[in-house]
Amino acid sequence: MTQLLSEILTKYNYWIYITLMMIGLYAMIAKNNLVKKIVGMNIFQTAIILFYVSIGSKKGGTIPIIKHDHGAASHVVHAAEYINPLPHVLMLTAIVVSVATLGVALALAIKIYHRYQSLEEDEILAQIREK
Amino acid sequence: MKAAGLLIVILTGGLLIYATADFPPWAYPQSPASTHVSPRYIEKSIEETAVPNVVTAVLADYRGYDTMFETTVIFAAGVACFLLLRIRVEEGPEEQLFRHSLTGMTIRIKDGRKAPSDLEEFERIDAHWVPQDLIIKTVCRILIPFIQLFALYVIAFGHHSPGGGFQGGVILGASVIVLAMSHDLRSSLQRMGEKVNALLCAAGVLIYAGTGALCLAMGENFLDYGILAPLFRCDPVMARSNGIFMVEIGVGIAVMATMIRIYNNVSSAGRYDEGL
Repeated sequence: MTQLLSEILTKYNYWIYITLMMIGLYAMIAKNNLVKKIVGMNIFQTAIILFYVSIGSKKGGTIPIIKHDHGAASHVVHAAEYINPLPHVLMLTAIVVSVATLGVALALAIKIYHRYQSLEEDEILAQIREK
Repeated sequence: MKAAGLLIVILTGGLLIYATADFPPWAYPQSPASTHVSPRYIEKSIEETAVPNVVTAVLADYRGYDTMFETTVIFAAGVACFLLLRIRVEEGPEEQLFRHSLTGMTIRIKDGRKAPSDLEEFERIDAHWVPQDLIIKTVCRILIPFIQLFALYVIAFGHHSPGGGFQGGVILGASVIVLAMSHDLRSSLQRMGEKVNALLCAAGVLIYAGTGALCLAMGENFLDYGILAPLFRCDPVMARSNGIFMVEIGVGIAVMATMIRIYNNVSSAGRYDEGL
């Protein structure tokens, strides 16, 4: 029991990201409204961003901006003092791309609403089957 | 559907939680991600690129290709929003409404007659026009210049502090979106029209790809900024820093224009009228 508890406490970042990601996945699968599906997709993306940023962190490390003096000779940089910059690089672009894809998703939703006068998935499917 | 969805979600979540047993603990300094690739970047980036912010150095130099195509993805998303939604509204026989901004009086011009061109004090409104709050309008008008100044700082200082093209571009775009939300879409389109926006959007990607092509033309690999040293009159390491800055400017312009374009199209459903 204590082993399980310590396992959860040392890895709680993964539990949080999995919970968030599953909330997003459930919304995408089970919700009927298209806007709710889009919100679910955004929660999913945010969970992935949280996951990446959390694996970049390092105990005793600071942000990955190298301390430097102006014009002074270069000194040795210890990697252990700075957190991992790679996940931050990947997520930096992913955040902006997620906003852009959200825009495209909303544009598609607007287009669907103009055509079918509804954003409920079952009503749209019923209208498609009638034709 | 709901039960099946719940089952899938619980199964996937259980599998993922089972897999975390093999993951290193949170913030563990000896985790594989922190010991294999990243030390190379942290230790070498300042002597190879003269950029203290490792995130910027990796983003625009080591992973320059990746970032170029991320910018292209954003550009493509903006174009997709435009192609999906934009419709040309015919200025047909329906009436046009103009509101005098000082007295609140509204005049109506019927049957497609041309509006007089000297309507300086009037603003074009729609039939469903609602007044905007004076406090919000005033506060936004005061704040927008400072937001834009901060955005320029974030782009220009991305080498030495958290920041860069993506972040600064989004803040710049947000400043114009704030204008469109606090006033209306027409007044923001007067500041940045559709054509200017489309040109900026493409120009940002062009600056990025053009910097890469310039390196290619001068006889090095695509996006290998070291060769640009004679242009900047500095040593190759500093030329990398300057090349990163050029690329970041391109990213900032492209991201700003795309954010504004997505907002314009989505908020007015492609009609470019009053907006929200």
